Amino acid sequence: MTYLPKPRLHHPELPRNDLGFTRRDYEGAISTLCAGCGHDSISAAIIHACFELSLPPHRIAKLSGIGCSSKTPTYFLGNSHGFNSVHGRMPSVLTGANLANRDLIYLGVSGDGDSASIGLGQFAHAMRRGVNMTYIVENNGVYGLTKGQFSATADRGAKNKSGVANNDEAIDLVSMALQLGATFIGRGFSGDKTQLVPLIKAALSHRGAAFIDVVSPCVAFNNHAGSTKSFDYVREHNEAVNFLDVILSRAEIVTEYAPGSVREVTQHDGSVLRLRKLAEDYDVSDRIAACAYLQHRHAAGEIVTGLLYVDPEAEEMHDYLGTAIEPLNGLMEAELCPGAGALAKVNAGLR
Amino acid sequence: MRPLESVNDFVVKFANVNGSGSASSNQLFARAILRMGVPATPRNIFPSNIQGLPTWYEIRVSEAGHTAARGGGVDMMVAMNPQTWDQDVRSVEPGGYLFYDSTKAMPASRFRTDITVIGMPLTAICNDEYTDPRQRQLFKNIIYVGALSALLGIESDVVETLLREQFRSKEKLIAPNIHAMHLGRDFALKNLTCPIGLRIRRSEAVGDRVFIDGNAAAALGCVYAGATVAAWYPITPSSSLAEAFAKYCKKYRTDLDGKNKYAIVQAEDELASIGMVIGAAWNGARAFTATSGPGISLMQEFLGLAYFAEIPAVIFDVQRAGPSTGMPTRTQQCDVLSCAYASHGDTKHVLLFPEDAHECFTMAADSFDLADRLQTPVFVMLDLDMGMNDRLCAPFEWDDARRMDRGKVMTSEALESGVDFGRYLDVDGDGIPYRTYPGTHGKRGAFFTRGTSRDVYAKYTEDGTVYQDNMERLLRKFETAKQLVPHPVRRDAATPTRLGAIYYGSTAAAMDEAVELLAAEDVAIDCLRVRAFPFHDDVKRFVAEHDQVFVVEQNRDAQLRTLLMVECEIDPAKLVRVLHWDGSPITARIIADPIAELASALKIVPLRKAAP
Repeated sequence: MTYLPKPRLHHPELPRNDLGFTRRDYEGAISTLCAGCGHDSISAAIIHACFELSLPPHRIAKLSGIGCSSKTPTYFLGNSHGFNSVHGRMPSVLTGANLANRDLIYLGVSGDGDSASIGLGQFAHAMRRGVNMTYIVENNGVYGLTKGQFSATADRGAKNKSGVANNDEAIDLVSMALQLGATFIGRGFSGDKTQLVPLIKAALSHRGAAFIDVVSPCVAFNNHAGSTKSFDYVREHNEAVNFLDVILSRAEIVTEYAPGSVREVTQHDGSVLRLRKLAEDYDVSDRIAACAYLQHRHAAGEIVTGLLYVDPEAEEMHDYLGTAIEPLNGLMEAELCPGAGALAKVNAGLR
Repeated sequence: MRPLESVNDFVVKFANVNGSGSASSNQLFARAILRMGVPATPRNIFPSNIQGLPTWYEIRVSEAGHTAARGGGVDMMVAMNPQTWDQDVRSVEPGGYLFYDSTKAMPASRFRTDITVIGMPLTAICNDEYTDPRQRQLFKNIIYVGALSALLGIESDVVETLLREQFRSKEKLIAPNIHAMHLGRDFALKNLTCPIGLRIRRSEAVGDRVFIDGNAAAALGCVYAGATVAAWYPITPSSSLAEAFAKYCKKYRTDLDGKNKYAIVQAEDELASIGMVIGAAWNGARAFTATSGPGISLMQEFLGLAYFAEIPAVIFDVQRAGPSTGMPTRTQQCDVLSCAYASHGDTKHVLLFPEDAHECFTMAADSFDLADRLQTPVFVMLDLDMGMNDRLCAPFEWDDARRMDRGKVMTSEALESGVDFGRYLDVDGDGIPYRTYPGTHGKRGAFFTRGTSRDVYAKYTEDGTVYQDNMERLLRKFETAKQLVPHPVRRDAATPTRLGAIYYGSTAAAMDEAVELLAAEDVAIDCLRVRAFPFHDDVKRFVAEHDQVFVVEQNRDAQLRTLLMVECEIDPAKLVRVLHWDGSPITARIIADPIAELASALKIVPLRKAAP
């Protein structure tokens, strides 16, 4: 980490987005993570994505659990409300927040210990409930703050810094999210911002449960030979299935592509996901095929990245619950309290 | 032995098999007594089982209005369960009555000679009348209600009216049920001695009171308070609270487009339910969960977060006998300490103790105002006895002018005016800071909520002084809470006395009756019903004004007594335990006996008698 404060002044011609905000308006406090930490690159990608999407910072709620990854919401979107909750329990807090006000944009940030170890249950249930959110796991396979113990996403056979191998099978959160009904699923790598930023933009514009697993090497405890979550290992084994561009509904589409090489998916909010295929025959709308593909490639030792599944017409939790359009936290007595007259009838029915 | 004679004052108990459909017919019987204007208090005594195990339904009829369990034997046993026959026959008071199905002859050795045995061939009557086995079972229950109405002198019109009301939406069931009721009634009138010594006589003693269980009343209170988010995990004895909330919301909270002005989520566990409540309350909705002891155990970590990060949350704890799974269908007041000091680190929480269904409603409604005002979790402490049993209570009231007290919430306008907003800044000296709902203002008011220490502007810090200042402010806030929570209710004896009793929650009914019993034995005692924690100063004063104070509780370890000792710094020798904790509800006798014993040991002579 650095202890030098960020300069308050910035270039007067810093680009502004549709809301008149600069990138600086989406930044947060200075990071206290280790220099070179993959998580800081993810924070930068989140800032980039929110700026480009022209999201009003104060309408974003950023929530996290406990751990290195869960610290990062302090380091981005300083003008957004944040909630650093309890270890492994961010999904329930986010779910509750979303129930209270369906109009905010919910960004959940978690880690592999937070989501795959202590919080596996809450991760799973938030996915199957279809909570409208973007859920990012910053996945490095180890516990950083407690100095390098394996987490549940560490691959079997991967070695820790002292050379001891992990015996337990790894949990693949992407495969789980597919099985549990998440409606947007992607995997990125903190070392590949050109792939990650569009993934985050697409997830933020998705209506429904969007999950992104971002492999994010831990420079302090999991970036050595024998690790399967090191920068070198991930670069070598990264197999992207597609290249994604997110085109907001108001932008005009001009580029021409060879037929069959590009697929466009229009999301509920009108944004268009333009996918240039890298893996032949990979169909982002086929959940079952995606599951099988991931298993096959995993067996071959590859780390599959890209947009892996999307249902552009997905429903979300509020659809299932039939909740009123206006946020519940804005309803007043007149809408909520049946009043004395109704109570007199209740009394009469209880005699 | 002379048969018992009593009008409007006796106990009838039904012994049934769980899952046989007896619950609704037994309730019909209780309601018929109420419709005769006579107070009746039923209690379900049920196993943790769905079908097959024994279950009992005990009704205490009391013109005087006593709603506590009477204790002792029963005056009339309706023995419908061969499994428990011997213990049921044993439980009849000498001179009492035993009503049973005499279709199959029983050897004389299985009966008692000191009670009146009333046999009726219920199964034979049913088999003659019905061919369908399920009908035989269900109508058998209605037939015995009909027979009992004749034996006890309940008017048949009253039962008919109740059946018509019960099946209003399934009209074709009305006639067959009324027919079955008369089948039983007519048989009894023709073949049995009617009425017996126990009788229901029309009265006005019920008055305008309503008949409802505490869980449903609490749920109704949540609707009136404006709660919009409920997250819960099924657990006996609290599940019916969440289910009642769903039922009331469906009726009162559906908008013109058929959309719901509420959200109810059945969570995956209690950790998730309290997490959702905290998330929703952080975001400005009124949110609650309903649970029992094991759920409270699971919520500990989150409760510490809500205390420290200062997030309102309402938790209904419908207590049952612990520890661990304990006796899940039996009542206790055993979560007082685990709620008062829930979570690791230094914590204290607000607890409310309703005495009956009426207070379940009012305290449910008040709990949301308190949680918002104090920005902290508030526990409403029910128990199985009050939560799951229908009980007579004062009718519910609501003032339409009442507004939700959302506490100190910074508005967009206030933020715009440039006011110094520090999330944990004690601007008013009462320990309560201002909060904002996320998304309120474009540029101001955003802050980071966390369970780690922070300064008054919500910035992370590990500075010991700043941490300590904040923890001390939380104590100031708890001091403020003392004035805001429901105050204790004091009731002094007719004559001056140095004896006092402190009690709370569902013990109230038994305590009221115990005071009468004690007065009859010339023991005068002043009473204080504690309605909340933190304790109001009146509680300390009450203890100071008495030489001995009995603390009446339904748990093993005298948990409220501990809380009184610790929080009010009271000499333990002054606080005498009166405890009942076998899982059955406390009775007046259980309270009165040890008090009377100690009073006589102390040779306390009432002042008026001591005077020459």
